[in-house]
Amino acid sequence: MHTTYNDLVFEISRKGRQAYSLPESSIEKTDLDAVIPAHLKREIPAELPEISELQVMRHYTALSNKNFGVETGFYPLGSCTMKYNPKVNEDIARYSGFSNIHPLQPEMTAQGALELMYRLEENLKEVTGMDAISLQPAAGAQGEWSGLLIFKAFHEANGEGEQRKKILVPDSAHGTNPASAVVAGFDVVEIKSNKEGRVGVEALKEAIGPDTAGLMLTNPNTLGLFEVDIVEIARIVHDAGGLLYYDGANANAILGKSTPGEMGFDVVHLNLHKSFSTPHGGGGPGSGPIGVVDYLTDFMPSPRIEKNEDMYKLTYDHPKSIGRVKGYYGNFGVNVRAYAYIRSMGAEGLRQVSEDAVLHANYLKARLEPYFDTPFKSICKHEFVLSGNRQKKLGVRTLDIAKRLLDYGFYAPTVYFPLIVEECLMIEPTETEAKETLDAFADAMIEIAKEAEANPEHVTGAPYTKSVRRLDEVTAARKPVVTYQRETGAE
Amino acid sequence: MDNQHRYLPTTQEDRKEMLETVGVSSIKELFSDIPESTRATKEKTVELEEALSEQALTRYMKALADVNITTDTHAYFIGAGTYDHYIPSVVNHVLLRSEFMTAYTPYQPEASQGELQALFEFQTMMCELTGMDVANSSLYDGFTSLGEACNLATSAMKRNEVVYSGAIHPQAKEVVGTYAYGMEYGVKEASLDGTYTDMESLKELVSDQTAAVIIQYPNFYGTIEDLKKVKELCDTTKTLLIVMANPLALALLESPGKLGADIVVGDTQPLGLPMSFGGPHCGYFAVKKKFMRKVPSRIVGQTTDEDGKRGFVMTLQTREQHIRREKATSNMSSNQALTALASSVFLSTVGKVGLQEMAHQNISHAYYVKNQLKAKGLEILSDDAFFNEFVVKCNEPIEEVSKKLLEQSIVSGYDVSDYLGVDNALLLCVTEKRTKEEMDTLVDVLTGEGK
Repeated sequence: MHTTYNDLVFEISRKGRQAYSLPESSIEKTDLDAVIPAHLKREIPAELPEISELQVMRHYTALSNKNFGVETGFYPLGSCTMKYNPKVNEDIARYSGFSNIHPLQPEMTAQGALELMYRLEENLKEVTGMDAISLQPAAGAQGEWSGLLIFKAFHEANGEGEQRKKILVPDSAHGTNPASAVVAGFDVVEIKSNKEGRVGVEALKEAIGPDTAGLMLTNPNTLGLFEVDIVEIARIVHDAGGLLYYDGANANAILGKSTPGEMGFDVVHLNLHKSFSTPHGGGGPGSGPIGVVDYLTDFMPSPRIEKNEDMYKLTYDHPKSIGRVKGYYGNFGVNVRAYAYIRSMGAEGLRQVSEDAVLHANYLKARLEPYFDTPFKSICKHEFVLSGNRQKKLGVRTLDIAKRLLDYGFYAPTVYFPLIVEECLMIEPTETEAKETLDAFADAMIEIAKEAEANPEHVTGAPYTKSVRRLDEVTAARKPVVTYQRETGAE
Repeated sequence: MDNQHRYLPTTQEDRKEMLETVGVSSIKELFSDIPESTRATKEKTVELEEALSEQALTRYMKALADVNITTDTHAYFIGAGTYDHYIPSVVNHVLLRSEFMTAYTPYQPEASQGELQALFEFQTMMCELTGMDVANSSLYDGFTSLGEACNLATSAMKRNEVVYSGAIHPQAKEVVGTYAYGMEYGVKEASLDGTYTDMESLKELVSDQTAAVIIQYPNFYGTIEDLKKVKELCDTTKTLLIVMANPLALALLESPGKLGADIVVGDTQPLGLPMSFGGPHCGYFAVKKKFMRKVPSRIVGQTTDEDGKRGFVMTLQTREQHIRREKATSNMSSNQALTALASSVFLSTVGKVGLQEMAHQNISHAYYVKNQLKAKGLEILSDDAFFNEFVVKCNEPIEEVSKKLLEQSIVSGYDVSDYLGVDNALLLCVTEKRTKEEMDTLVDVLTGEGK
């Protein structure tokens, strides 16, 4: 596929070509030698491409043809919520009044932007059951980190900063949870899941103590299971003087059905690029707003937004705030899309989103159960895990199943995560896929299970239909080549 | 819902069939694991603003957008970290390719070669501009990149303090402060000498306990700092030099890598990203080879497939499944792939010569305005060695100046009076987009010659 257009952009560059037309300028050119000290003036220009405009478009179109997005096909990546990204939201985010405004222009001249942020916050308060929202964190991991800094500031304000240094994290948690805790200055204590795949009340009681700053929980968890003991868990954590953090990666399962606030959480982040439909963009930009209960609002990132009569303003005087976590006011352009999504769905629509997402997951699970090991039998929420153990005995690993799915025109599920399930496949179908698509995916998985029995080598050799065959990741890591090596090809 | 929502394909008939396969009688049963006391009920509902049809939505959002003043109708002379630059049309057209926009992180490289190659090219371009060996595939923004650089420096050097110049962006100071609060290291600030970093103050603060010195290049006030001198100072205490650089300026300024920087970070917003009220922008992060394995977030590497064909994969990974869960110095698991792509497309389009011309236009325009203001009697607080920003002392409070300029359809610069401790200090930015007419109007208003 498109093998003619495999060159790097640097390889198609030819001296003298150009694809730009700068604004005309009637201003006389300044003599650079007169204004830049000699030793700070660049000697050798950066080697950037020189190509024509068509070459630019053809290069990137060829690259896009070697990429797979939600609009290419079904993307069952667990805990990533690869739902449809509405096109109208892209139009709206590009309105000049949203995209061509400067973050430091006078507030009086950006009231529409501030109003949008305020309204988004109000809606997210409802969705989370929290008392205040900050839109500043750029992604889920940054939300986690901000939330944990709030834990820290809270305990310090109570004179318990030195004492409460431990964050409890279940072994099924996203890898970012323990990492966020560490970069917020905490030690991590892992809690083993019980055999039902949930946080056991007994294990929690054992781990918790006067040194506990709090517990981080994803609910439903990464196995797709709702923490049924959540009310008891919240009580235990609070009784021990700790706080409870809600990782919102899986919020798509509970929109309008329950709220983290009702469950007893103190701090929440949402991934607007998951539950609220903003495009993942190949890895970002996302947006990870946080919400907190009333007794933590003083610690929120600064600035915050306020409505006074009909005027919106940013407030900076928050002496107890953890400070600024990112430039300006968060990923505003992403937040515009999320607000447009909320306004397209409404409360009833969002409830339907969760109901369909959960139904789809349970349906796929039911269809695949006869062919794959399912470590947890109970009803799931919006995602579920399978184990490839049965296929592994035939010489076909989960990674092979993932690669073979690519040949069937699907992206692969999240694999080898969560870590507590062997040969794990974590599948999240989302609400925006039609039943026929779910069926086609189930058929492909069943076909692969049969191939694993009849012709395992065929599965382990996959993929066959992509622009490249299986790639050598070991050499890539051992002898890293991370920039284009001109001419010589040597490092 | 009575009506089928346009984003939801599942019909009542589908639901019935699926429930049957699952073996439950109702949707309600699927949610029976949520404790009753926490469930939404008729009395305890989630109340959101009402749902809108597509047309009502666009009408409503357009009205909200139209409340804001934009670059369509106003000439912007404000920079201070976010800039109004020329963006070639092709950039947006590439971004709209849904294969890029609607993809996730390239977990399955065989189905994500486009994204991976684009990011590999981005890394190469960032290394070219900064003069560094290794760049990652982007971070949230320039300020968080700087925070990450401080975390890397303190952990790699096993030293518990960083020193930043007083002339770095005030928000960068705040973000570094937050990072330091998290990882529990100290932060010191060197004072100013005019709009330069005060080298004497820096010398006093830097010791063998200092992990890194942080300099902005050009700095917050637009002034081009002498990195060579700072590097010499760093070398006496084996302290790392972190440079936060405007990548557009690097078209004409000597690369920080060549001047001895150990880590170079910044924001690629000037390279093809709309201002978007401050985000999403795109942080870049580049290091010398010795720090390659400590770089946060993702790096794309070149490799070969089973047939020996060139291909690309995420490599040297520290994230998610592979993340050093309990030993992390960074929790960044995502990047800004799409805005990094935008900057790549921008750099491919503007290219080697265009970027230099564009940077040169910025200098010419900024000096033109500066010279006019100076000739008409205003004091310039950063008179030499600047890129596209400089500080002028106005004749009246900046708030008044701003109002007058708005009447002339001009968005004024940024008020830096408090930061500099000088009354009526205005940080002006003049990009390639500003016309002579706009510049002359600005000068007229600032010098009191306006209508």
